[in-house]
Amino acid sequence: MADLIGAELATRTLPLSGFHGGSAAAALSVAAPATRISLRAKPDAVAALSGALGLSLPTKAKTSASSNGRHALWLGPDEWLVIDENEADLIAAVASSNMLHSATDISHRNTAIIVKGRGAAVAINGGCPQDLSLAAFPVGACSRTVLAKAEIVLLRTAEDTFRVECWRSFSPYVSTLLAEAAEDAGN
Amino acid sequence: MLLIYCPYCEEERSELEFRQAGDAHIARPTNMTEMTDEDFEAFFFLRDNVKGLTFERWRHLNGCGRFFNAARDTVSDKFLTTYKAGLPRPDLSTLRPATEATVETYEATESNAK
Ligand SMILES: [Zn+2]
Repeated sequence: MADLIGAELATRTLPLSGFHGGSAAAALSVAAPATRISLRAKPDAVAALSGALGLSLPTKAKTSASSNGRHALWLGPDEWLVIDENEADLIAAVASSNMLHSATDISHRNTAIIVKGRGAAVAINGGCPQDLSLAAFPVGACSRTVLAKAEIVLLRTAEDTFRVECWRSFSPYVSTLLAEAAEDAGN
Repeated sequence: MLLIYCPYCEEERSELEFRQAGDAHIARPTNMTEMTDEDFEAFFFLRDNVKGLTFERWRHLNGCGRFFNAARDTVSDKFLTTYKAGLPRPDLSTLRPATEATVETYEATESNAK
């Protein structure tokens, strides 16, 4: 019986479980669970950390690197958000670099919403001041920014698709605001 | 909406992503335990609150997270230039005349109104 109670406690649900919405122009869906780390490191550790992660940590502003469902997003000159859609152990991966770094597991701090459709950029611009034209924000571009009053991290995964990462406690706000903006994007 | 050039992101971004963070170029004393209360007060609390050109720290809080410095005109709110933290004050002699001509101050536009 104790085992059963324990099993029940370990059941994890996404903060936006069951959420769906949007419009014909911008469909919204909840991203599948993923592991994530906030990674900080000095330039001398970038090569070893890249090797340990199996992708090149980007060193240019607003760029990302992706490989087999793993994404490394440049957030600042010494800061990356690493996401693994296959839920691999990222902490163990970066630890194997044997270089000085700081890695914090934020898998459950963040959740993500996928915005897809011809009006995806318009929907996000409903609350985000960044230039999301393909010239300024091409496929693979990423940035920490704001969506109205919430901080988000944007990653453009395709011309018409964005991954919007936000803190789980902000997810009702972010999803509601995106749903509203997606309706407007269809007009 | 103001656009502020972040020297780390190397592009202009909306003011919504930034926070002001007080005066720039304030050297932290190395002899704090020996300072008089008056000297400590001057370092810690007293700021000039200038009207016109000022050097400030700004933080790209909802962006790259970095602190940097900016030369800003407190009358017009215009950013003359921004530069990375740790760099000396830039030489603004080349920037100022051009901007001053375009700055609309209250005194210039309203104070003589009848
Ligand atoms: Zn920046």
